[in-house]
Amino acid sequence: MSMSPSVPLQEMIRAIRSARTQCEERGVIQRECAAIRAQFRQADNGGRSHNLAKLLYVHMLGYPAHFGQMECVRMIASSRYSEKRVGYLGAMMLLDEKQDASLLITNSIKNDLSHSNQYVQSLALCTLACMGSAEMCRDLAPEIDRLLRASNSYIKKKAALCAVHIVRKVHELGELFAPAARSLLSEKNHGVLHGAVVLITELCERSSESLERFRKTVPDLVQIMKGLVISGYSPEHDVAGISDPFLQVRLLRLLRILGRNNETASDAMNDLLAQVATNTDSTKTVGNAVLYETVLTVLDIKSESGLRVLAVNILGRFLLNNDRNIRYIAMTSLQKIVGTDHNAVQRHRGTIVDCLKDQDASVKRRALDLSLALVSASNIRSMMKELLLFLSSCPPELRSQAANGIFTAAERYAPSKRWHIDTILHVLITAGGDVRDETVPNLIQLITNTSELHCYTVHKLYRALLSDISQQSLVQVACWCIGEYGDLLLRGDCQEVEPMQVCEDDVLDALETVLQSHMSSTATRGFALTATMKLSTRITDNVDRIRSIVSIYGSCIDLELQQRAVEYNALFKKYDHMRYAKKDSTHFCCCGVILFCSVNSFAFNVILGFMLLLTITFVSAPTAPTVTVYEKDGVTLTIVCEKQSDSAMTVTLTGFNSSDCDVSSFTLQAAVPKSVQLHMKAPSGDSLPAGGAAKVTQVVLLNNPNKVRLQNRQMLFIYLVCRGSTVQETVQVDSFPGL
Amino acid sequence: MMRFLLLFSRQGRLRLQKWFTPMMDREKKKIIRDMTTMVLSRQPRTCNFMQWKDLKIIYKRYASLYFCLAIESQENELLALEVIHRYVELLDKYFGNVCELDIIFNFEKAYFILDEFLMGGEIQETSKQIVNRSIDASDMLQETLEEYMSKPAF
Repeated sequence: MSMSPSVPLQEMIRAIRSARTQCEERGVIQRECAAIRAQFRQADNGGRSHNLAKLLYVHMLGYPAHFGQMECVRMIASSRYSEKRVGYLGAMMLLDEKQDASLLITNSIKNDLSHSNQYVQSLALCTLACMGSAEMCRDLAPEIDRLLRASNSYIKKKAALCAVHIVRKVHELGELFAPAARSLLSEKNHGVLHGAVVLITELCERSSESLERFRKTVPDLVQIMKGLVISGYSPEHDVAGISDPFLQVRLLRLLRILGRNNETASDAMNDLLAQVATNTDSTKTVGNAVLYETVLTVLDIKSESGLRVLAVNILGRFLLNNDRNIRYIAMTSLQKIVGTDHNAVQRHRGTIVDCLKDQDASVKRRALDLSLALVSASNIRSMMKELLLFLSSCPPELRSQAANGIFTAAERYAPSKRWHIDTILHVLITAGGDVRDETVPNLIQLITNTSELHCYTVHKLYRALLSDISQQSLVQVACWCIGEYGDLLLRGDCQEVEPMQVCEDDVLDALETVLQSHMSSTATRGFALTATMKLSTRITDNVDRIRSIVSIYGSCIDLELQQRAVEYNALFKKYDHMRYAKKDSTHFCCCGVILFCSVNSFAFNVILGFMLLLTITFVSAPTAPTVTVYEKDGVTLTIVCEKQSDSAMTVTLTGFNSSDCDVSSFTLQAAVPKSVQLHMKAPSGDSLPAGGAAKVTQVVLLNNPNKVRLQNRQMLFIYLVCRGSTVQETVQVDSFPGL
Repeated sequence: MMRFLLLFSRQGRLRLQKWFTPMMDREKKKIIRDMTTMVLSRQPRTCNFMQWKDLKIIYKRYASLYFCLAIESQENELLALEVIHRYVELLDKYFGNVCELDIIFNFEKAYFILDEFLMGGEIQETSKQIVNRSIDASDMLQETLEEYMSKPAF
């Protein structure tokens, strides 16, 4: 069988590279692989290493090369160095510990570890450290220990890293290497020292006994480090004026581990750290790498306060460095200590805030994290200015974090309610699409509780709505507000905003625009429709318009809106005559009580908003029975109405949860038409634990001074908003006994 | 420790891959895709560090090649930049004004040099001269074949 002569590696590479299309390349590679395969099957022809190398190249391009695995095994066992070299390389690239073939090379590695030639030993050590499985490690650990003690420095340094790999794979073997590691610290060769420090670090991180034992080496480590720092120029290890920065950094890291939580050890290294921190040249990256490691060590051990201040100041200097890499790591470090050394970090707040304007997105992100961590009661106003400025121009991937961070900060440190509301509005206007779902009910809650600002808030929100209806959360809150406090809006006067005459048509125009806009989500349309409906109890001249809006949505494609509109329509029809009865009469008056409650269920991660449209009638009754007005999925709402006088009544609402899931943030709100006064007392709580462990009760006082008699029929509307989807329920209660 | 080192061109073609922990081929391919996407889409004049899962990615461009090094969270990023730079210096010394083509046509040499500088995800030798001397000695050994071999194969 004659085969085409194997093409040397570089010719093959050239051939592959000159392929003009992917298809052509595949063709070349298929031909080459076929030739390689054939060559593998042949007897030794002196070109084996070339063939394997070609296969490795093909593998790097992403083509399958597993048929070369056994060839690697054969090559490693060869007596030719060139073949061993490529064989071991192939093993590292094609084999991993999970494959059976890797076991086959264990014997070769064992033999090569005691080869007379150090470069062969080196190949074996390298491969073992790269892909040695746990069994191989156990098998060869004693051999590695032997090499750690008795060989030249070239082999010792490699054996040390092999030992590191073995310890990572088989933790118990750490014990074996500890004595050898200790004695390696007295070597002069930097490669060996470096390997020893890495090995000791690994041992200390894995076992507290090792940690205790190696703490005794702190004075030696300090000496070695001192030698590096104050030594003269050493051509072999110098990098931009720093003597062996790689070794210095590893020494500092080991010192950190040994000094952590230990006063004695920390004391012993204090002077050295101060010396390194002060004397290291910080004009080049390499010097800053050493300074950086020093700072990390100082901040992690039990260092004295002067040294800590020195370290934080180094970070502060880093923040002003032209090199953005240095600024970036300064901020990550400051982030780590902002909790423990808060005051020290606060001193650099100005620089940190300036980094919000940095060009680099990574630096910006770090600056945001840190700025939010530095907000406090004393700096909230100035910090918020900067954060809001940042929000208006920040990259899109940071908007959500910024918006939510601002909300948290505002909630914690708001100097006044109006400031708080203004801040939230500002965020919604700038980044309303990036805020969390709970923002809407939370803001509604905040607004409700700030009764002195209802007029201000509704005016501001109305104006915001006029200028932009694209931000869903803002639009939802605005609609809710208008529905709730529309009368304050129409009244026109409000001290803190510019006067603006708003008539009923204007308000309905705004809500209709939201309803009709393609930008409005279903939930938003729901809010707008509900607000429109609520206004029917607050306005006088445009009820017909409201009716027509509502009836249009009775044939809306969206099921939820349609259902809602239909129910509202029914309400209109039923109570139309009552609606217009303003003066006292012996006829009926409808008292529309709209209850809005939000329920936050842990298990389902759901926010439910109830909207109960209750019509309650005032009729005297001797007893006051409990009526269940809502019951679904284990959550129940009952009411008990008790007449207090011929114009006043108390309604006690009780929430109860018999399901398996806890319900939290259960709140109720109510709104009444002008003629009826309503006062909601504080609820007993806001959580409904599973299995009916506790209830929430809330008392509502209704006063009907116009003494209009109300009908004995009522309707109940339940509006549920689940996070992500709107669910609407309608319950009709035919009678309301006791009233 | 270091987890992996990748070298790729501006078009995303892989020139070298060194993995310091065992990984399935599928995983390696995914990481290569992720890294090339992330690094190649970075704006100029941004910092050389990125966060990716629980690792820190240090990358630097030298001529037409991107060097991408993944390190664990306790490692020193600034030193990692020095590690990359040291490797480039070693390649430069070996090939004499190294360029991407040298690494393409002599990829196995690039690996041999790397294996004298790093091992098991750690730095093996901190002296440039010693690494260079070791490589030269190994190359010499390769040329002189059997003379140095005293043990028979199997």
